Amino acid sequence: MKLNQLSVFLENKPGRLSEPCKVLADAGVNILTISLADTEQFGILRLIVPDWQKAREALEKAQCVVNVTEVVAVEVEDKPGGLQNVLQAMEEARLNIEYMYAFTFRRENKAIIVFRFEDPNTAVKLLQQKGLKILSSEEVCQRVEG
Amino acid sequence: MSGVKCTSNLFHPDSALDYLPVEQLRQLQLARYQAIVKRTYDKVELFRKRMEQRSLRPEDIKSLDDVAKLPFTVKTDLRDTYPFGLFASDMSDIVRLHASSGTTGKPIVVAYTQQDVDVWASVMVRTFAACGLGKGDIIQNSYGYGLFTGGLGAHYGAEALGATVIPTSGGNTERQIMVLKDFNVTAICCTPSYFLHIIERAGEMGIDFKALPLKAGIFGAEPWTESMRVRIEKEGGIKAYDIYGLSEIIGPGVASACCAQEGLHIFEDHFYPEIIDPQTGDPLPDGTEGELVFTTLSKWAMPMIRYRTRDITRLMTEQCPCGRTVRRIARIGRRSDDMFIIRGVNVFPSQIEEALLAVEGTLPHYQIVLTRTKGLDNMEVQVEVTADLFSDKIGAMEGLKQKLGKSVEHIIGIRAKVSLVEPHTIARSEGKAKRLIDKREM
Repeated sequence: MKLNQLSVFLENKPGRLSEPCKVLADAGVNILTISLADTEQFGILRLIVPDWQKAREALEKAQCVVNVTEVVAVEVEDKPGGLQNVLQAMEEARLNIEYMYAFTFRRENKAIIVFRFEDPNTAVKLLQQKGLKILSSEEVCQRVEG
Repeated sequence: MSGVKCTSNLFHPDSALDYLPVEQLRQLQLARYQAIVKRTYDKVELFRKRMEQRSLRPEDIKSLDDVAKLPFTVKTDLRDTYPFGLFASDMSDIVRLHASSGTTGKPIVVAYTQQDVDVWASVMVRTFAACGLGKGDIIQNSYGYGLFTGGLGAHYGAEALGATVIPTSGGNTERQIMVLKDFNVTAICCTPSYFLHIIERAGEMGIDFKALPLKAGIFGAEPWTESMRVRIEKEGGIKAYDIYGLSEIIGPGVASACCAQEGLHIFEDHFYPEIIDPQTGDPLPDGTEGELVFTTLSKWAMPMIRYRTRDITRLMTEQCPCGRTVRRIARIGRRSDDMFIIRGVNVFPSQIEEALLAVEGTLPHYQIVLTRTKGLDNMEVQVEVTADLFSDKIGAMEGLKQKLGKSVEHIIGIRAKVSLVEPHTIARSEGKAKRLIDKREM
C-alpha cells in the first residue's frame, strides 16, 4: 500500500529542472505528480510516475542522482476540513510528517495527498486503523490516468 | 631480517640492492656522491659558479654530513637554462630527452644516457617487485606516453621485470576498461584520481570491478591521501601501491611502497634523500616533516645536486617489516607549492580532501574555488552528490552540507562555503587532478 517516489538532486540553476523532465518525456514516462523542494543552492525534485523502475533507469542513464523512497497516498475528502480530519488522525497516531504534497486532480470530491513518514509501514497500519483510505500504486494510476 | 618479505616467490635480482647492509649502503652513497659532485662541477657551469661563490671544491665533500654545504638546485634553474644548460653529457651520448608539460612558460627538459635509461628501468623493476609484481603479471600502463616520463619509465621497467606490458597510455576510459577486462590485466599504472574515474565509469557500464583479475594498482604522479588509498582498495578490490618520482630526478622509480604499505622505500643507492626546512633550507633531523631534497647519485646525462622537490614529507628510519634496509619517506600528501593562502592561513588541497573524507560516505570528487569580493577572500568547496549521499529530505541534505563545512573548518580553521553539485559537473582529469581554481585577482 505504498508508492515508490523518485527524488532527483538538482542544482539551483536555470534550466536544471527541464533536464530530468526531458529525460522522462523522451522515455515516454508520464508524471503523475511532482513536487520541488528548494534551498538557495540546490533543490530536490520528487516525482510519482506509473513505472518508477523505467523512470529511474532513464534518469540514471542521463547521470542524474536518483533516490527511491516509499511514500503513502491518502485519500482526502475534497471539502472544507477534509485535510484537517486526516491530519488529526495522524496526530492522534503520533505520526510525524516529513513532508507532503498533493495530486493535482480530483474526482468524486476526493483528493489524494502524498505523505512522507519516517516509517511508512507503521504509518499505513495506524492510518488504516483510523479508517483512512490508503491508495495502492495501481489505484493512484487508475484515478489519475482514469 | 624479520617479518614478511614482499616478494618471496618472485624475487628479482635487482631488488637485492633494497636489502644492502646500512653501513655498506652509506659507503656506496658517499663514493657515488663524491663522484657526481666532481662530474657536475666539471661539466655544468651553473653548479661550478655556485660552488665557487661558496669557495667550495668537490674535494670538500669528505662525508655525507658535508653535503649540507652544497648549493641547492631548484625548478627555475631548469627553466633558466632551457633547454640543455644543465646537461653534463654531450648530446651524442644522450639517448633520450623528456620534457615536463610546462604549465607556465617554457617546459623543463631532462636527458638520459643509455646507462641512465638502464638505471631507470632497474629502479622501476625494484618498484614493481616491491609492489608484489613479477614475471607472469599483465601490466596495463595508463601513464601517458610521450614527453611525460611516466609512460616510458613504467614501460621499460615492466618489460625488464619480465611482465607483459600493455601500453594503453592515458585517456579513452572506455577502451581502458575494455582492455582491463578482456586482457586479464593483473596490475594497472596510472594516477590515483584517474583510477577512481575508471572505477566510476566501469560501474556505469555495469562492470563488476571486483570480479576482474586485477590485483594491484601502481599509483603516482600526484599527491593522494591514505583514506583515498583505503577507498580505492575497497571499491576496486585491489591493493593500491603508492609510487613516487619526478622527471628532474629520473621520472617514476625514485621511491615505492612495499607490501607493508607504510611509507615508500627510496632507492637510495641512486637517489640520496634529505629533509630540509623549506623556509631556511637547513637540514632537519630524521623523522621531522619538511621539504624533500634529492641528489641523483648515478645519473650521468643530467645530474641533480640537492634538488628541491617541493614535496613535503619525513624520512622514516625505523626498520620496515618487509626487511628492506633502504629508508622510507612517508606518503606525500602535499607539495609546498600546491599550498594556497587564504585569509592568512596556509592550506593544502589534501587537507580539504581529508576533511571531506572524514564525513562518512563522501567521495572525493571535489574542487576548491577561490574568489575575492571587496578585498575579502572566499573559499568554496564544491562536492559532487552521489547516490550514497543523496536523500529526498531537504533537512538531511542541509545537514550534510553543514557537516562537510564543519569538517573543513575543523581541519583548516577557517570557514568555507560548501556547495553540493550534480554528478559529473566537476571536470574529470585523465592525468593529474586539478583541485584548485583560483579566481582571485592578485
